[in-house]
Amino acid sequence: MYEHDVIVVGGGGAGLRAAIAADEEGADVAIVTKLHPVRSHTGAAEGGINAALREGDSWQDHAYDTMKGSDYLGDAPAVDSFAQDAPEEVIQLEHWGMPFSREEDGTVSQRPFGGLSFPRTTYAGAETGHHMLHTLYQQVVKRGIEVYDEWYVSQLAVTGEDDPNDRECHGVVAWDVQSGDIAGFRARDGVILATGGPGQAYDHTTNAVANTGDGVAIAYRAGVPMEDMEMVQFHPTTLPSTGVLISEGVRGEGGILYNSEGERFMFEYGYATNDGELASRDVVARAELTEIAEGRGVEDEYVYLDMRHLGEERITDRLENILHLARDFEGVDGLTEPMPVKPGQHYAMGGIEVNEHGETCISDLYAVGECACVSLHGANRLGGNALPELIVFGARAGRHAAGADMPEPKIETGPYDDAEREELGVPVGAPDSGEGAVEPAADGGPSVEGGVASSDPESVVQATRDAEAERIETLLEREDGVNHADVRANLQETMTENVNVFREEEGLEQALRDIQQARERYQDVYVGDKSRTFNTDLQHTIETRNLLDVAEAIAMGALAREEFRGAHWRAEHQERKDDEYLKHTLVSWNDGEPELWYRPVLLEGDEGTYEPKERSY
Amino acid sequence: MSTQTPETETETETETEQASTTPHQDRRLAEKRARADRGEAERSAAAQEIQGETLKLKVFRFDPEIADKQEPRFDSFVVPFEQGMTVLDALIYARDEYDSSLTFRHSCRQAVCGSDAFFVNGQQRLGCQTQISDLERPVRVEPLPHQDVVKDLVVEMDHFYDQMEAVDPFFDPDSLPEGELKEQRQSRENHEKVKMATRCIWCGACQSSCNIAAGDNKYLGPAAINKAYQFYMDEREGEQKRQERLEIIEQEHGVWRCQTQFSCTEVCPKDIPLTEHIQELKREAVKQNLKFW
Repeated sequence: MYEHDVIVVGGGGAGLRAAIAADEEGADVAIVTKLHPVRSHTGAAEGGINAALREGDSWQDHAYDTMKGSDYLGDAPAVDSFAQDAPEEVIQLEHWGMPFSREEDGTVSQRPFGGLSFPRTTYAGAETGHHMLHTLYQQVVKRGIEVYDEWYVSQLAVTGEDDPNDRECHGVVAWDVQSGDIAGFRARDGVILATGGPGQAYDHTTNAVANTGDGVAIAYRAGVPMEDMEMVQFHPTTLPSTGVLISEGVRGEGGILYNSEGERFMFEYGYATNDGELASRDVVARAELTEIAEGRGVEDEYVYLDMRHLGEERITDRLENILHLARDFEGVDGLTEPMPVKPGQHYAMGGIEVNEHGETCISDLYAVGECACVSLHGANRLGGNALPELIVFGARAGRHAAGADMPEPKIETGPYDDAEREELGVPVGAPDSGEGAVEPAADGGPSVEGGVASSDPESVVQATRDAEAERIETLLEREDGVNHADVRANLQETMTENVNVFREEEGLEQALRDIQQARERYQDVYVGDKSRTFNTDLQHTIETRNLLDVAEAIAMGALAREEFRGAHWRAEHQERKDDEYLKHTLVSWNDGEPELWYRPVLLEGDEGTYEPKERSY
Repeated sequence: MSTQTPETETETETETEQASTTPHQDRRLAEKRARADRGEAERSAAAQEIQGETLKLKVFRFDPEIADKQEPRFDSFVVPFEQGMTVLDALIYARDEYDSSLTFRHSCRQAVCGSDAFFVNGQQRLGCQTQISDLERPVRVEPLPHQDVVKDLVVEMDHFYDQMEAVDPFFDPDSLPEGELKEQRQSRENHEKVKMATRCIWCGACQSSCNIAAGDNKYLGPAAINKAYQFYMDEREGEQKRQERLEIIEQEHGVWRCQTQFSCTEVCPKDIPLTEHIQELKREAVKQNLKFW
């Protein structure tokens, strides 16, 4: 058994920042990550980092833009602390040597981004995420923080009280991908999940293959609710053949969207008369798909994003990476041709329910970054707000876990008795195993989901480790069955078909039935590779299980939310219903039967209450 | 747990192609530009030629644990070809459709995570960035040479990471501006100077292509020296640290081992002028030494 004060799961931006913060508080920190940190998906972020740095801008304006962009599904305490901390965090990165793009006077550059009232997006070319990830990793190396790279965390070691609010997290169970050894990791002070998004629930996504929602799923099965999972962001400019992201920075610098008729449709068809191409992402994604649906798309699939008029010098200075991506992945020269683009799954606004310190309802269990939902982005994340989220909340959670003195949180977490609950009329959750018995683990072997009945931390970690070893043994012993890749493909197809930008009741119900069927097929899953050495087959099989749980919550939340808010568009409900839906969707694991309930949105901020206004563009 | 790729197997198969596919970086860049410039007609003709075709993929296989895979061998997979298909796409197809035990690292599919550097038709390339249509067929995929093989296409990266970390890969200024919210100033010229060096994605292609690194396990290698260049050339770094860096890069197994063969520069998927950076640091070392004498 390994032992540390704080264990950070995941080596992307949020995890690295959390580890550095905990280290600075004097904790013995370890990062456990299924990739090497520099391989994390933060590296693929392109556009920039929002922070109110300049005269004429203020954290209040940043907070207001964020709240409005969220379509009033953000929680004010999260939004306020985010906007307040962001400038200091960005300057901290600068002091750590992050190679930001510079103005003539040597200060860092800022540029306009969608939905912002001030050009407050700092950037490093069109590869901001790459530079941020490497800058943070450099600090981890400098501090000598221990990194267990290519270790896959598959379970949390949690005590088994009935009420998740009473449970405690004592560590994680992980296996060394290279050798297959399974080990318990005891965390004396806290476990911080920073495992990223679940983009692989969709087949056209900007997300890395590694983004399988692992942290969300293991926290969920340990008893932490998933929050606002239906709020999935589709980025309007991804390359059609691969899903590779073309940064919003292109539009920020003045890039123009055209349909097949050569019309600049964002203005001509009145999708966003004031903001044009720089409207929020949900607005632009719907506009593009409407053009395509009405026959004005190119090859019935995409539209054009044109940056030629910006000139070679400006493009090379600020968007050079975009030229490489368009050339390598679409065979298009962005200097002489418009780039084909279409919407693709990009970001999960929802995730593990946490408060503004990153705490979940389980003691000593934290979550930060895309896997978490502190309720910052609400129903729509503004471009340039993901990277500051990683560093702001990464740092806060790291400090808190390491024992820093922080104020009482204003955001509540965890299930409570008189919450508003809702039943859906479609099958969800664990499939019947034939005799009517429910088998929550679904993939064989004993399960400790929901926790271990012991209060001694080491026995909790040990028992979880042993159960996990047995589960893996069972999976590897099966000689025949279903390949996880088939199950994953079915899942991705139905999510893309039915739970995409445009959502209809019938489609959402179909998705839930398909997911249920995928769950049943998954009962017979087997791992073809019998080797312990670098067994990616085994790893992907377990990841696929995680995707099933996450995808189900997305579809459930989308079916239950009968309104149109931010990224969540419903054919049958074409208006935002503030009287009914100023509330967060939560899905709780209930012995494998997902339970859906709601918690009211917090609109009272540090400087008064945010009054929901109509989002007009 | 790991073993060296058997030399006979790889060398005999790669000799011919290695000779024919080692263009200098300039030539490679020119090729890239030419590809982008190629007319629409020409491109669709090329597409038609292979449309509906299948592709033969020869993949190196090895697993130290499984009896019939302990002897390294090549497996062939026949994959339906589609225009736009990359080497990584073909590998994923082979794995998901034919053999779920086929093992390789990959993640972002957009040339930034750096995890899928392979030896493709005798050259180090990123699987996700390499179009099948640009390659001679059958396409042969092997693990990066000169590194221990863990399994199939997965190589041991620890040595590479150790070398990267040996150069103190972190920014270390003498002082910071007064006031918490003040940034350090950096001139645009200086930003430009180090920009290419900051693009490194730690894929290890350069290290694997370098003859010197292959023969001298202690040689820092192109990636680590490039990392040192990034910080040494940064005008904001402290004088003390610059001196320390010079000592690191000038050591016996540092910059002076480089024999200017350009192989690292040729294979770098991010077009970083690695050899040039190493040469510049050699010049810096000479300058500094003259000063002390």
